[in-house]
Amino acid sequence: MASLKDLKNRISSVKSTQKITRAMQMVAAAKLRKAQEAAEAARPYSERMGAVLANIAGSLGGDDDAPKLMTGTGKDDTHLLVVCTAERGLCGGFNAQIVRRARRDLEALMAEGKTVKIICVGKKGHDMLRREFGKQILERVDLREVKQIGFSDADGIGKKIIGLFEEGEFDVCTLYYSEFKNVMTQTPTGQRIIPAAVEPESGDASDEPKRENGEDPLRGAIYEYEPDAGSILGDLIPRNISVQIFHALLENAAGEMGAKMTAMDNATRNAGEMIDDLSVQYNRQRQAQITTELTEIISGAEAL
Amino acid sequence: MADTFTFELVSPERLLVSSEARQAVIPGSDGEMTVMPDHAPVMTTINPGVVRVTDGSGTEERYVIFGGFADILPASCTVLAESAIHVDDANSEQVEGWINEAHERMEKMDSEEEKADMATYLHQLSTIKNTVIPA
Repeated sequence: MASLKDLKNRISSVKSTQKITRAMQMVAAAKLRKAQEAAEAARPYSERMGAVLANIAGSLGGDDDAPKLMTGTGKDDTHLLVVCTAERGLCGGFNAQIVRRARRDLEALMAEGKTVKIICVGKKGHDMLRREFGKQILERVDLREVKQIGFSDADGIGKKIIGLFEEGEFDVCTLYYSEFKNVMTQTPTGQRIIPAAVEPESGDASDEPKRENGEDPLRGAIYEYEPDAGSILGDLIPRNISVQIFHALLENAAGEMGAKMTAMDNATRNAGEMIDDLSVQYNRQRQAQITTELTEIISGAEAL
Repeated sequence: MADTFTFELVSPERLLVSSEARQAVIPGSDGEMTVMPDHAPVMTTINPGVVRVTDGSGTEERYVIFGGFADILPASCTVLAESAIHVDDANSEQVEGWINEAHERMEKMDSEEEKADMATYLHQLSTIKNTVIPA
């Protein structure tokens, strides 16, 4: 049985832990709001981009001169998995979820005899994948110093991936990240970015703001292209890859903060429960001690 | 004929402008172009440069933009820029920074073709510089 002093020490240590987790929760809540705003602000761009891309792709049809980034190399022997995780832990199962999702696909691909290469964005994913698949990790992108993810960060990763693609390092590229549903739920997602999964024009209606469909009878009109459709597409697709990565990073940032908030909320609550339990134990023991002392005094007095 | 159209300037980070405009001058890759209401549908890539937007009341706003493309329809013009800032927010050091970076990149390049591309880019940058910094 722990002594009174031990119990007291434990209570105070749990209390200070609770203070820390509560502070972390509040920080996460503030950061979450910021991250959500950033994700919200980035939405118009990717929406427009998707619409325009669908438009051009539609007008080009199945042209042979479509860029390789869109049509793919025609093989799917080598896969590149870009696993985006957080830089920091203490956010529940957030990182583990993404890694599990990626690992599942990775193992399935390897079972099919395909070559798999990995790029890790974020430290946590790298830590988890390093032991098992260390040799397959081409690179680890470090965003630890980055406070607010900017488009240039995503663009850098995008350019790297495209560079690798042009060198023929891989045929198919899939991006893994966590989609931010709400504070409680983040769904790990795998998204193929090369060859670009451009939806046909009718398919993207649900993503597009309705007003564009209603007000704009000319959507899908015959465009003039300057310089020409092919080179615009060639310019657009790499950019679209960066946009998708940017989107993934922002979703991840929001998701991480959401997960952290929930995790820290739980931790704070658990600490509270623990403090209650310990306090009860402490009070009981103190009471027991008083009773013992009293009995001793009384029996001592009786003996006289 | 409507005398204004919807002008939108979007950068990956945020939506900068969404307003009615009377005309917009865009640095297209095949030369500067002015967009007015009822323009024929055009899709064009954009060079780094300055976009000038005149709104309904005739005031002109200028934005420094960095590559991207424009989607022009009779009733709207959407500029998707890689990065965009209002001229008032741009400062000379930033532009200098870009220029220096471009110089560094150019020195590392081997092929003449790449160098020529970079030179064009530098030229565009210096145009921006002249616009941003009141001489």
